[in-house]
Amino acid sequence: MPGVSEGLLVIACGALAREIVALKRLNGWSQLEVECLPPELHNRPEQIPAAVEGAIRAARARYARIFVAYADCGTGGLLDALLEKEGVQRLPGAHCYEFYAGASAFAALADEQPGTFYLTDFLVRHFERLVIEGLGIDRHPELRDEYFRNYQRLVYLAQSHSAELSAAARAAATRLGLAYEERYTGFGELESSLAHAVAVPVAQVGRAGERAAWRH
Amino acid sequence: MSADTTDSFDLNTLNDQELTEQVHDDLYNGLKDEIVQATNIFLKRGWGPDKVLNDALVEGMRIVGVDFRDGILFVPEVLLAANAMKAGMEILRPLLAETGAEPIGKVVIGTVKGDIHDIGKNLVSMMLEGAGFEVINLGINNPVENYLAALEEHKPDILGMSALLTTTMPYMKVVIDTLKQKGLRDKYIVLVGGAPLNDEFAKAIGADAYCRDAAIAVETAKSMIAARRAAR
Repeated sequence: MPGVSEGLLVIACGALAREIVALKRLNGWSQLEVECLPPELHNRPEQIPAAVEGAIRAARARYARIFVAYADCGTGGLLDALLEKEGVQRLPGAHCYEFYAGASAFAALADEQPGTFYLTDFLVRHFERLVIEGLGIDRHPELRDEYFRNYQRLVYLAQSHSAELSAAARAAATRLGLAYEERYTGFGELESSLAHAVAVPVAQVGRAGERAAWRH
Repeated sequence: MSADTTDSFDLNTLNDQELTEQVHDDLYNGLKDEIVQATNIFLKRGWGPDKVLNDALVEGMRIVGVDFRDGILFVPEVLLAANAMKAGMEILRPLLAETGAEPIGKVVIGTVKGDIHDIGKNLVSMMLEGAGFEVINLGINNPVENYLAALEEHKPDILGMSALLTTTMPYMKVVIDTLKQKGLRDKYIVLVGGAPLNDEFAKAIGADAYCRDAAIAVETAKSMIAARRAAR
């Protein structure tokens, strides 16, 4: 079709932008382009499906292949319902913590301590804005214990080896009154999922069998 | 609603109507001390605890709930308002018990296994209590055994389950399926809630209804109990 790119458009959560760009560079995925939605949607998951739908509709005329770099992300299956309709695939699992850690490792972490608060590289970098300000703790410090009284530990799922981020994550745990643990995950299933999406030929995009393989 | 009530004044100078409206404003702004003070003023003026609860506190939280639903207020503000209402409720609870009024229904409610989130569930509990329900709150991280034991012990009209995580919400089906296996499902109205849930999910797992927020939970609980009693 004239004017339609053969490349892959990844419509991504803004919290994954840095990692996806890094993976593109590392793997030489020149055919991959990224459009990001605001990471603040992390705190308003009910708004994610409509935002993704708008981005897909806006990109349809320009791209034959579209991939959505969101997990379920608290949409309770509503994002899946949309993607089913649109014939677009997404990242596996419930949220970024799961696809970074891997499904079984994440399940083990959650079983071991349900009261675990997770951070990724992105959330460590933007902890102040998304967690402290997003939850209103800056304005009302007394709310910290309201939100976190049932949490026991903070686990930093690290995508990179960074002493600076480790120190910031540890400080975040202290600030929230939680025990601290760190697990290096690298890019986890984000990399394998994108590699698969990059490799799918245009002719196979949206096949039902492909989609089922991505779902958990 | 005013966004700023930093100007302090004596609440005693307000008449009943003005004080009621002030409570609505103060709840909206999460001013716990002012709610405690106003609750005591109403009681000194001879208001019954049920009238203070319904006209001042519950109505104020209803307004908060509507603005939360409409995206005008966010979780921090709702949490502050709920804490303010809780402070008023603590004054009224023993007085309400003394009136000997029969609860309009009994609810067992808890967050499911693997999930430690309880802010929404506690808000629902408080609003149900405010609406005249007896509420048995099981807390967080409840395996099916906890629900079964509480249903056996308290014999409620309603079982409420809450989950905030996509990964824990399927456990609600485990509880409902266990009730079915034991032949207990039809004894209870089962209501479910939590941010990632929706009507389709509630229907798919065999719940009676999904309640999007605390106000809807109260409305649903009332209407379903009334319908069930009318059908007997």
